Amino acid sequence: MLDSVKRLRMLDVDPYAVPLDKIDVSQAELYEHDAQWGFFERLRREAPVHYCAESEYGPYWSVTKFNDIMHVEKNHHIFSSEPTITISEPQEELPFQSFIQRDPPIHDEQRAAVQPVVAPMNLAKLEPIIRERAGRILDELPVGETFDLVDRLSIELTAQMLATLFDFPFEQRRKLTWWSDIAAGAPQLAGGDFVSEEVRAEGLQECLQTFTALWHERASGPPGNDLISMLAHAEKTRDMVSSPVDYLGNLILLIIGGNDTTRNSITGGVLALNQNPAEYDKLRGNPTLIPNMVSEIIRWQTPVSSMSRRVREDTDLNGKRIRKGDKVVMWYLSGNRDEEVIDDAMSFKIDRGNARHHLSFGFGIHRCMGNRLAEMQLRVVWEEILKRFHAVEVVGPAVRNRSNMIRGYRSLPVRAHRAH
Amino acid sequence: MTTITFIEADGTRHEVQARNDRSLMQAAVQNAVPGIDADCGGKCLCATCHVILNPDWYARLGGPNPEEAEMLNPTPERTPTSRLSCQIKVSDALEGLVVQLPAFQM
Repeated sequence: MLDSVKRLRMLDVDPYAVPLDKIDVSQAELYEHDAQWGFFERLRREAPVHYCAESEYGPYWSVTKFNDIMHVEKNHHIFSSEPTITISEPQEELPFQSFIQRDPPIHDEQRAAVQPVVAPMNLAKLEPIIRERAGRILDELPVGETFDLVDRLSIELTAQMLATLFDFPFEQRRKLTWWSDIAAGAPQLAGGDFVSEEVRAEGLQECLQTFTALWHERASGPPGNDLISMLAHAEKTRDMVSSPVDYLGNLILLIIGGNDTTRNSITGGVLALNQNPAEYDKLRGNPTLIPNMVSEIIRWQTPVSSMSRRVREDTDLNGKRIRKGDKVVMWYLSGNRDEEVIDDAMSFKIDRGNARHHLSFGFGIHRCMGNRLAEMQLRVVWEEILKRFHAVEVVGPAVRNRSNMIRGYRSLPVRAHRAH
Repeated sequence: MTTITFIEADGTRHEVQARNDRSLMQAAVQNAVPGIDADCGGKCLCATCHVILNPDWYARLGGPNPEEAEMLNPTPERTPTSRLSCQIKVSDALEGLVVQLPAFQM
C-alpha cells in the first residue's frame, strides 16, 4: 500500500487550517524543523485527548495537557509500558527489553537493583571527577573560532560521563555515543533517518558482545561502584547476562538515558540563552541561579518529547473513551508548554518559580532514574562555563534530530568568548 | 495550626506552624524548609518529599499507602519508617510531630 503518499504532510499544512482529525504529530520531520508548536497549541485547546486514525505507526491517541499526562503516569495498571514505550511496535529482529518497557513487579526489581548507582550519595563522589573532566574539555575548546558545540562539548562530556559510570575503556568512549545513536535514532523506533538496519544490527551486536565481556570481568571481581558491577552482583539481576534480551535492553536504556538527554540539554541550554539574551545577562549577574536554570533548561528542551503506553482495559481520559489495546502517546513537550499549569510557558526564564514542576523526567513508577545525575552534570558544566567564558555565542542555525521521541540536535555552530 | 519540626540531614531544625487539613509537604514548602522538593506537586508521583519518622510516630500514623510504597520502594535512602510527606495530612493529632529529612531526595 502507498498509504504514506495519501497521508497529509504536517509540514505542508497550517496547524489551524487543517481538519482537527487529520492532525498527526507523530511525523518526525515536524521536530526536525521545530514546527510542532502550533499543532500542540491547537490540540491542547481543542482536543487535549486526540485520536489520530491514520499514521505511519497506525492509530494512536495524543495526550497533550500536563494534568492528563499525570493521570496516565499515575494509572500504570491501565496504561501499560509493555511491550514497549515507543509509538512504533517492537521489532522482532532486534529484540531488547528493559525495565522501562516492563510493568511491576519485574520493573520494580530491576530498577531497584540499578537505581543506587545514580543515587545522590554516589553522585557526590563523582562530582569532582565530572568537574575536572568538564573543565578540561572546556579548556580545549578553540576560543575565537567557530566550532560544533554538539561534538566538542555536549557529546564529548556525556561520553566521558558514561565511560565513568560504566567504568568503560576510556579511549573507546565514543562507542557509547554511537550505540546510543543507533538505538535511539533507528527509523522504525521514532522516525529517525540515518542508519540502515544492517548497520544498526551490527552495532547493537557489538555493544552486547563488548558489555558481555565486561560483565564477566566484573562478575568475577569484587563488587564495584560502576553500573555493570552493580548489575552483576545484585541479587535480582546477577543472572541478567544469561538473557541477552534483558541485558542489551537495560544497557541501551542506561546508555540512552545517560547520553542523549543530557547531551541535548547542554546544547539546548546554550541555544535558549542565546535566544534570550536578557536571561544570559541575568545568569552572568547571578550565577547562584544555575540550579534553578538547570530545571528550566530541562523543561524548555524536553529532551524526551514523548513516551507511549498500551491500554490494558477500557477507560476514560478527559472525556474520551479509550479502548483496550489502544496506543496512547504522552507528549511531554506539549505538557511542558501547558499554560494551565506553567505560567508564560513558551518563555525561557532562568529564575522561574516552581521550575522543578515539569514533565521532562516523567512521573510515577517510570520517572527518570538518572534525574539527579542529569541535574548535577548540567549544573557543573554551567558553573565551569561561567568561570571561563563571557559567552558561548550561537553563530549559525541548529540542525535538529528527526525523531518524535528524542528531541535534540545534530550540530550547533558556536564561538566561545573568554571572560574578561 | 499544628506545630511540626523538620530536621535537616545536617541537624538544622525548622519548627513550623502547619495548617490543618493540608499535607505535611505543603507545610514544609510554605515555610521554605530546605530539602523538600515536591517535584510532582503532591500527587504521589515522585519521591522528592521523603521524610523519616521515629518508630512511635510511624506506628501512630501507619505505613505508606500502596501508591506511596510504589514510589518509595526504589529510593536508596528509604528506611523502615519512611513516608512521603504529601501523603500525611496535618491535624491536631500531629501536634509536636518531629520528622527527619534524608540527606538527598531522589
